[in-house]
Amino acid sequence: MNAYISALLFFALSMTVTAAPAAGGYEVGDKATDFTLKNVDGSMVSMADYGDAKGFIVIFTCNHCPYSVAYEDRIIDLDNMYRPLGYPVIAVNPNDPDVQPEDSFDKMIERAEEKEFPFPYLFDDGQKIYPQYGATRTPHVYVLEKEQGDLIVRYIGAIDNNYGDADAADEKYVADAVDALLAGSRPEVSSTKAIGCSIKKKK
Amino acid sequence: MQLRSVPLFLTLLFLPIANFAQTGPATDLRTEGGKTVSVYEGFETLAPLLRAPDGDLLVINFWATWCAPCVKELPYFEELVRDDFDGRVRVLLVNLDFRKQLVSRLLPFLEKQGIQADVVVLDDPDANGWIDRVDSSWSGAIPATLFLGPGIREFREQSFTRKDLQTLVTSFVEKLP
Repeated sequence: MNAYISALLFFALSMTVTAAPAAGGYEVGDKATDFTLKNVDGSMVSMADYGDAKGFIVIFTCNHCPYSVAYEDRIIDLDNMYRPLGYPVIAVNPNDPDVQPEDSFDKMIERAEEKEFPFPYLFDDGQKIYPQYGATRTPHVYVLEKEQGDLIVRYIGAIDNNYGDADAADEKYVADAVDALLAGSRPEVSSTKAIGCSIKKKK
Repeated sequence: MQLRSVPLFLTLLFLPIANFAQTGPATDLRTEGGKTVSVYEGFETLAPLLRAPDGDLLVINFWATWCAPCVKELPYFEELVRDDFDGRVRVLLVNLDFRKQLVSRLLPFLEKQGIQADVVVLDDPDANGWIDRVDSSWSGAIPATLFLGPGIREFREQSFTRKDLQTLVTSFVEKLP
């Protein structure tokens, strides 16, 4: 009997291991956790603060990465477009400033002021949040939909299909995903990849 | 205009031509020291270079000059070229710098670092269309490295220490026929 239970336990454990995505983090359809992180204005921000929101465009991004910089204006546009419709942008800097000094909290404040970010720009202090989401690079987007109090991951990936030239991008993945959710359906493209800067882990 | 900036000027003149070549052969840029760097517009044109060689090991590293961990590990890949492994190891550095920085930043960087390994530029902004074709496990973060050889295919989305790279490459070279 003991052996039987051990075998069952072993089976259950091995199932858990194989069911988890190799790199860790969320897949489309998973429940995302809320967080409470410090914003560049000094306040603490959680998604729970947004009672009226239908969902969120969570973007792991940073100061130093050229891909993040190339997308800054497009991230501002996304917030201006979708915040009034119930999908605000929440930007999170996941990098360790000891490894990447340009991504320190003070530099985040500078950049947010320079660019007049209309969205919160949060610091993943202690790097607890990005591994839960499974972000690997900047920028890395998670579109979340509120569903009966839960935050369900509906899209993971790139903002669009041309980092170099916003006008040349003919697949606007994030905008399309949010449009689909606003229309009551699921994003047609729910996951994409992009070249980006690896997230700088504490050494 | 100083005489030594003439080659740079010529290269600058030449660059816009590259922007119109959507398909077909690569456009060649040249460093001041004469190193040729081919620019491939569209993954399709680069793909033939990413095939396993017949008998040797091919180490393909994806990098950019703005990527600090990439720049840090470049000398370790250079050492693979210098160490030679009896001519069994080839290194291909696939650069992902932005188009507008190739002449202003990449070429001077290669010159200054004295890079000996083969360098090509992949200029294809629709990365979602080609990342999986390099390796389906790649999230898109760089640095990333692909090791190819007869019966060898290993992809690593990570930065290497000198020792880890040497150890891994040595283990592959020992497997070569």
